[in-house]
Amino acid sequence: MTTIDLGLPTIGGLDGIPTTDDRQSAKDYKSDQEVRWCPGCGDYAVLAAVQGFMPQLGLKRENIVFVSGIGCSSRFPYYMNTYGVHSIHGRAPAIATGLAVSRPDLSVWVVTGDGDALSIGGNHLMHTLRRNVNLKILLFNNRIYGLTKGQYSPTSEVGKVTKSTPMGSLDNPFNPVSLALGAEATFVARALDSDRKQLTEVLGAAARHRGTALVEIYQNCPIFNDGAFDVLKETGERDRRIIPLVDGEPILFGANREYGVFRDPVTGSLRVHKVVEADLDTVVVHDAGVTDPSYAFALSRLTGSDLAHTVTGVFRSVDRPTYDDQARAQVQLAQKTKPADLQALLRGNDTWTVAG
Amino acid sequence: MSVDVGDTDSPSTAADTVVRKLDRVVIRFAGDSGDGMQITGDRFTSAAAAFGNDLATLPNFPAEIRAPQGTLPGVSSFQLHFADYDILTPGDRPDVLVAMNPAALMANVRDLPPGGMLIVNTDEFTKRNLTKVGYDSDPLGDDSLAGYQVHKVPMATLTLGALESTGLGKKDAERAKNMFALGLLSWMYHRPTEGTERFLREKFARRPEIAEANVLAFRAGWNYGETTESFAVTYEVAPAKLAQGTYRQITGNTALAYGIVAAGQQARLPILLGTYPITPASDILHELSKHKNFNITTFQAEDEIAGIGAALGASYGGSLGMTTTSGPGIALKSETIGLAVMTELPLVVIDVQRGGPSTGLPTKTEQADLLQAMFGRNGEAPVPILAPQSPADCFCTILDAVRIALTYRTPVLLLSDGYIANGSEPWLVPSVDDLPDLSVEFARKPNAPDGSGDFWPYLRDPETLARPWAVPGTPGLEHRIGGLEKQDGSGNISYDPDNHDKMVRLRQAKIDGIKVPDVVVDDPSGDASVLVVGWGSTYGPIGAAARRVRNAGHQVATVHLRHLNPFPANLGEVLAGYSRVVVPEMNMGQLALLLRAKFLVDAVSYTKVAGLPFKAEELQRVITDIIEGGMTR
Repeated sequence: MTTIDLGLPTIGGLDGIPTTDDRQSAKDYKSDQEVRWCPGCGDYAVLAAVQGFMPQLGLKRENIVFVSGIGCSSRFPYYMNTYGVHSIHGRAPAIATGLAVSRPDLSVWVVTGDGDALSIGGNHLMHTLRRNVNLKILLFNNRIYGLTKGQYSPTSEVGKVTKSTPMGSLDNPFNPVSLALGAEATFVARALDSDRKQLTEVLGAAARHRGTALVEIYQNCPIFNDGAFDVLKETGERDRRIIPLVDGEPILFGANREYGVFRDPVTGSLRVHKVVEADLDTVVVHDAGVTDPSYAFALSRLTGSDLAHTVTGVFRSVDRPTYDDQARAQVQLAQKTKPADLQALLRGNDTWTVAG
Repeated sequence: MSVDVGDTDSPSTAADTVVRKLDRVVIRFAGDSGDGMQITGDRFTSAAAAFGNDLATLPNFPAEIRAPQGTLPGVSSFQLHFADYDILTPGDRPDVLVAMNPAALMANVRDLPPGGMLIVNTDEFTKRNLTKVGYDSDPLGDDSLAGYQVHKVPMATLTLGALESTGLGKKDAERAKNMFALGLLSWMYHRPTEGTERFLREKFARRPEIAEANVLAFRAGWNYGETTESFAVTYEVAPAKLAQGTYRQITGNTALAYGIVAAGQQARLPILLGTYPITPASDILHELSKHKNFNITTFQAEDEIAGIGAALGASYGGSLGMTTTSGPGIALKSETIGLAVMTELPLVVIDVQRGGPSTGLPTKTEQADLLQAMFGRNGEAPVPILAPQSPADCFCTILDAVRIALTYRTPVLLLSDGYIANGSEPWLVPSVDDLPDLSVEFARKPNAPDGSGDFWPYLRDPETLARPWAVPGTPGLEHRIGGLEKQDGSGNISYDPDNHDKMVRLRQAKIDGIKVPDVVVDDPSGDASVLVVGWGSTYGPIGAAARRVRNAGHQVATVHLRHLNPFPANLGEVLAGYSRVVVPEMNMGQLALLLRAKFLVDAVSYTKVAGLPFKAEELQRVITDIIEGGMTR
């Protein structure tokens, strides 16, 4: 087999999408539909963050599309005053891929949940990530099935007692960030529904990234899994558990930045311990641009399902040609080098003529 | 000699001379999967086409890429029927069987009628190979083949001899023996040779020594016929008197691919084919991937579901979304077809049917997906269904499928099958100027009837009941669609009982109201009381059988359905005009069931599900029995 280098330039995630000089506000992104999530649902906070953040992009509203699958979070598109498709369970990445490949002038967002993306739609998610289609995927992780009223999900902790697992669930959960990095996703980040500032920063970075950007958002389900992430929100607990990533800075955390992330010289994996004066210069300095995904993967392993530690921020952001840019480049190359002569195609090279 | 005799069983001959004129011949090349029988058959087909014969072909090969060598499961064959008049089928039985090894002989000889010609590659008739397929003694040595004209030709030995000077290794040299067989048959039937030599040189352009070896083997086969005295007679089949125009040979899958290219041009829309490889549909993807210059994107997805998902996503964005598959893939795509029904977006789904259920018979033909196409979704999810009747007919059928998808904003199912997909026939190349205009208008402006300036994505065209196609990027038309039930007009989510009932009926009425051409009855005398109704690839065998029935002095009428949903408007009236209706199908009676349900007609279902097309002879018998009152069910 021969391989062809298409020699594509690296461009930004929003290049090619029409912009506007009109002033936009969050209100412009609110649709006329009544929001129907349960009171207290974390989805409200994410919706508000997205609606508040969208004007920053300065895009024409009609060139933004939200595509979702099935689940509570997948109602999201109805509440955005943009174009939107509420599709079928797990298939949003596939549908969005067809849209993104055929329409370079659109900013395409996928909204999905832990069941939708990681269970029924796991195949589409991992292939979208490996292809690096220019999509922004918001994965709302509440570690439970909400819309079907409370069964365990592929991110639920082992032993979870739910309607379908009265004796405790047996499945080992996915770490969505590890999964994405295993598929060599070019942009992976995590944020909490309650941290509007970080969520907005991460969404901005995702939007600017050319390629698939996966953002895992920890989201509270007040009905079926209330308080799942409370330990990450409580004063006193929060600081010693959350490890925020800032590109170019040493990874330090804790109320007094007394903890740090260190590389194990033997295994190469990362671990957390208290920082003493002597090893301050051995604290890992975060670089989301490392080409080899192993570093970001090691970072992702610091998050266990017990949430003893949770890494947030942008794990990885690297450049790699996107599937959709390359697919369009092939079409353009073919159009440039070969005339679209339909009659010649239909005739072919081997014809014969029957005289009248 | 009269040529208007229908598909008779053995060639009629004009005079007992050295060169005999025939009106038709059926040749079957049979050998091991690795013997290159498909390419041999293809080349003979091309030569027959270039010569101006009418033709029909039936490739028949195992699902295994390389079954164990020399075994019965490994036998691959290619049957070719060529004639000096318009023929309808690849022929029931071969007049000439070329058997490259004992397995090919054993698997095929029973189809050769008494007196038929058998050309055998004797080199493979070793004790080991004979034992492998269960021959106790060498059939070439006993009198078991006494009823045939047997020609024993050591093809491998002769090929090796012809290639001695090339210095090619034995293994490579022996591989050219299929070209020896082709050369011999080409001599016997006065076929042109330039095309094959040119083809070989192009195919092996990167390995000129292999190209040369194949050309030499081909010529050696030709010369063998010419110089040995084993073959006293050669045969001529004159060009067919087809309608005036320029022709080419085409397979069903290629015709579908070209139809897709043409549809994109005629609709002035980019095309996105989202698909996943599956036998026997993959060739459509292979062909389309070569024609990106027509603004075609081919997306080989991670699975069947993603293939159709991407196609639907592209349709939402204003492209013409297409997906290709076979029966098992339709099962996986069903949910997305339902979403396309609900979102009312154009989408074309091609099902190249194969033997089922489950994995079934991947390389064999069947037409058992009709009811799956019709009803295989949850809820009331009607979709239009079309079926081509022959390889060349795929071109027109896909254009009509695209017309319906675009005009009515609906997924459309096209049911081809393995026989149509791989079979080939001459195609009168259409003039691009004569192709239908398929252009569409996207929605541009808000349309709310209340004057609010809102956009209502489900406000229908009063005539077609189609909803507007509003693509992202159009200012002021931002809207949300999805799989949840919509409020009539506004398209907002609605759980209202009366609205759901109304929407179910509206979606049904839209499909029922699709304009399709009336069926044309073929009833030459106008006196027939028996009507044969067919769909899809049974067109050829039914037509050939009807000719035979008529030649035998009976009257019979036929209609062939391209449109299976909705049915043509005049179909009920046509069915009511005959005292017996018979429906031959390669399934358990799926169309018969629909006709009975829809028209309350006491249709006789004749079915066979063998993975092979009907034989004309078999349908002739069935129709004759019914005419004579012998068979009622």
